[in-house]
Amino acid sequence: GTALVGLAGAGEAQEALEPNGWDEITSYCNYYEFGTNKDDPSRYAGQLTTDPWSVTIDGLVERPGEYSFADIIAKMTIEERIYRFRCVEAWSMVVPWNGFELADLLDLAGVTSDARYVAFETAYRPEEMPGLRFPVIDWPYVEGLRLDEALHPLTIMATGIHGRPIPNQNGAPLRLVVPWKYGFKSIKSVVRITLTDKEPPTAWNKANPREYGFYSNVNPTVDHPRWSQASERRIGAGLFARREPTLMFNGYEAEVASLYEGMDLRANF
Amino acid sequence: MLVDRLNSTARRVPTWIVYAGLSLPAPWLFWQGLTGGLGVEPIKALEHEYGLLALQLLIAGLCVTPLRRFAGVNLLRFRRGLGLMAFFYLCCHLLVWLVLDVQILAQVWADILKRPYITVGMAGFLLLVPLALTSTDRAIRRMGMRWRQLHWLVYPAVLLGGLHFVMLRKGWQLEPLVYLGLVAILLLLRLAPRRKRVAAHA
Repeated sequence: GTALVGLAGAGEAQEALEPNGWDEITSYCNYYEFGTNKDDPSRYAGQLTTDPWSVTIDGLVERPGEYSFADIIAKMTIEERIYRFRCVEAWSMVVPWNGFELADLLDLAGVTSDARYVAFETAYRPEEMPGLRFPVIDWPYVEGLRLDEALHPLTIMATGIHGRPIPNQNGAPLRLVVPWKYGFKSIKSVVRITLTDKEPPTAWNKANPREYGFYSNVNPTVDHPRWSQASERRIGAGLFARREPTLMFNGYEAEVASLYEGMDLRANF
Repeated sequence: MLVDRLNSTARRVPTWIVYAGLSLPAPWLFWQGLTGGLGVEPIKALEHEYGLLALQLLIAGLCVTPLRRFAGVNLLRFRRGLGLMAFFYLCCHLLVWLVLDVQILAQVWADILKRPYITVGMAGFLLLVPLALTSTDRAIRRMGMRWRQLHWLVYPAVLLGGLHFVMLRKGWQLEPLVYLGLVAILLLLRLAPRRKRVAAHA
């Protein structure tokens, strides 16, 4: 009931969104495994081997094991989702993702009733990822969601952008997309998904717990210590781009606010 | 000798070359930002380019004394130009941040107070203002020894600039740490004992 209403709402909001171009989306990336400059990923991510690829799904699931990317794709229905993408650095894009709901992937493995959280891990390949030479953060990159966030119909695993296979710098061959959270939650090039009963560690929270919380929901009323989160700048609007107000939950408040009912969003940032 | 040749060449180069040559990147980078040469987020890129140039010029200025002391290369006559051009790029950096990036004046003030990396950067800039104001021959003559003492403010200013760079990046990144390390080395070189004088006194 509510989920369907929520999706209908998302559908309406989507129509108003004008997606960023392919070049904008694929040339301005944060993927520190390939370097910390915005153009490092597009320059160096080509060397990442994405075929063959498999995702280990383990922990509190009925059918743990290695799921090959090809097998996953064969079982999923790919659809387009045009989402706002809001980086914690206060820039934003609109990305037309192609992918499937994470809930469908988790169904493959069968989540057991005691699972409460989902942990994710990015590939760790020092020979293919030059950025791993530097301890910018504690590698490998890890992320996590509460189970209800993971099962939310807006949460997808993306395998494409603009109808083309997702390029390496954007997290090939499959990445998480959680549109109401800051971009760093949408972990790239996923190799492991673990269902647990405890809140899993997350990469940026480990690096700087004062600045990055577990939830990291887009929230214009809670500032990041280094950036105001009240406004954002759309990528591609040029040297004289105006700032735009940031929307609560990145514009997905109607769909996801109920997940956090009764929670102090200032404490759980 | 190479050092003598360098010194005699340096004596013949007019100092206005420093101002003319170093002012070119400012409009060039702005034009690049306007026409897509700085990528899809030109505001941040321009802000960073100007800031980095300022830091590099400040570091170049800090190299002048050790070069003379440890290598015998005398570039003292270019130091004022390096310092003033560094200050010029800091002003460009600040203007891009104010006008193009933050855009909201009330928020600029909030940022200076609330965000430590901006507080640190702004403190470094403010320390350099009196130095830029007293960069004339007249001020040097009139202030005498006090001029030298005042201009020691460049040391904490550059240190704050290097710190600002480290703090504004996410995580521990190599590039700003290299710059901060370079600044630290150049400052530590100034603590090296002056052997000749010590020997003379002994």
